[in-house]
Amino acid sequence: MNPKPYALRVGFLRGGIELRQTFTNLQDLWSHVFTPVVMLVVLAFMRDSTVPGTDFSMGVMALPSILGMFVAFGMVTAANSLLIEREDGTLLRAKAVPDGMLGYLVGKLVTVSGMTLVSLLAFLLPALFLVDGVAVGDLGTWLEFTAVFVFGLLAVLPIGAVIGSLFSNPRNMGFVMLPVMGLIGISGIFYPITQLPMFLQWIAQVFPIYWLGLGMRAALLPDAMATVEIGESWRHLETVGVLGVWIAAGLVVAPVVLRRMARRESGSAVQARKEKAIQRVA
Amino acid sequence: MTIQAARDPGAPSDSDAEAAVLDVRELRMRYGTTDVLDGVTFTVSRGEVVTLLGPNGAGKTTTVEILEGFRARSAGHVRVLGVDPTKGDERWRARLGVVLQSWRDHAKWRVRELLAHLARYYVPYAEPGERKPRDVDELLDLVGLAGNARTRVSMLSGGQRRRLDVAVGIVGAPELLFLDEPTAGFDPEARREFHDLVHRLADEDTTILLTTHDLDEAEKLSDRTLILAGGRIIADGSADELARRVSAEAEVRWTQNGQRHVHTTSDATGYVRELLTHNVEDVAELEVRRASLEDAYMALVREFEAGRADAAVREFEEASL
Repeated sequence: MNPKPYALRVGFLRGGIELRQTFTNLQDLWSHVFTPVVMLVVLAFMRDSTVPGTDFSMGVMALPSILGMFVAFGMVTAANSLLIEREDGTLLRAKAVPDGMLGYLVGKLVTVSGMTLVSLLAFLLPALFLVDGVAVGDLGTWLEFTAVFVFGLLAVLPIGAVIGSLFSNPRNMGFVMLPVMGLIGISGIFYPITQLPMFLQWIAQVFPIYWLGLGMRAALLPDAMATVEIGESWRHLETVGVLGVWIAAGLVVAPVVLRRMARRESGSAVQARKEKAIQRVA
Repeated sequence: MTIQAARDPGAPSDSDAEAAVLDVRELRMRYGTTDVLDGVTFTVSRGEVVTLLGPNGAGKTTTVEILEGFRARSAGHVRVLGVDPTKGDERWRARLGVVLQSWRDHAKWRVRELLAHLARYYVPYAEPGERKPRDVDELLDLVGLAGNARTRVSMLSGGQRRRLDVAVGIVGAPELLFLDEPTAGFDPEARREFHDLVHRLADEDTTILLTTHDLDEAEKLSDRTLILAGGRIIADGSADELARRVSAEAEVRWTQNGQRHVHTTSDATGYVRELLTHNVEDVAELEVRRASLEDAYMALVREFEAGRADAAVREFEEASL
């Protein structure tokens, strides 16, 4: 029996077990639906206003953009769970069994993807009743949606893994969340990016969040609405290009950083973090 | 179980090294300018149960983590199951068992679910005819957690959690098992059960290296004790051997006509024989006490620390001349 493919399978099983655990646990369940509920409220407030200078509904614009944002949040979820599970010893446990790290990472990939998809659907399904104008019945819409979801996760999860490996204290996640929130603000999720100053538009276009939002809008909205985008186009090629660069960079950098992080995990490292955590509480 | 004689730690022969499950020579570990390990040398053969004792900060955990392949050493020769731990692959990893300290990991998992999951990783590494991994239900029975198979890990008591840690460590049927303070937080009954478990593993030819603060436990469990202090092995031998090194004398206590007597002698057996031949009638409550491992440990560490203090004084005097 070849160990590596076998460990991949064990990793998938692990992801399945963790997903079942998180969706049969009230506290977790609440945290999964909290953001979707907040976003639905935001959407309800936006649906009557229009994009400045047009008669397009802000709500219709925001719906797919928020989907893109949910995909980007996969990065935060991945970074967070890596940080927490390094501190609580889960990773060390994985390191102590053969191919355990491989199984752990595959499991995490499955878990985070599953959790992202569920949060996204928890928002999308009610949202479709809230605003009109999404081409719900079109198969092409959902194929494109799936493509953006998959490529988006491939772009953001390695970034999350790198962040989760570089920080050593889960309470430092604030330093990550702040810039992420800032990026969401300038990435055309809740407000058209074309209305922002030029330099902010350039910054936003470096990161995946803007392109995830754009990709989702391209998938779900009628082509006529592309006129309020940069270059009055969905810019499919640019979307694939920028996300592709992030995916490539992630697949090169993340394994190196993950390996370095894993090499440094040891009982005394976990113990030291535990003692630090206790000191913080005291 | 065989009692091993203390070897000259400086020069293990080649045949020793071949048979050795653990072969450590001149192991050094340096953090910045501090030498945590300063030339640690010892070997452990197949089936031996060896305890690593030492004061806090002596480098026990560092040593064990180097052997487990969790930490890179600064210098020295280390072979674990014939492999350099820094180059150990997953096949090598599958032959080791590591009982970590209790963390808060996998809190949402159920006991059997976690054990069965971790067992799966060993499946591709089973040699033909080898029972690897262990049967999960038998293992739960063995560690006394059969009644908690469906309990969430976060709901286990400290002692139950510890037994789960041990189960996780041996689920892959390891040839070599590392136990880091295995019974911390056990009540006396759980401790007794755990000791039975270690004896059973030793009977199955598992080689075991354990660290503990409990000298009584070291004496009960292990064939051999290594004492690590100041980054070196300062003593290596069975509990009896170590005790004899500290004191060849034993204490004989008895009562005679309601009065207590104590006599210290290097030939307790001879003395007792004499005593009983001449006072058959009225000797009662006869007791012979030899130095325990605890006495030996305390004396050795004290001796070592005094030596180190002497050296420091010498250095100081030389410097101030």
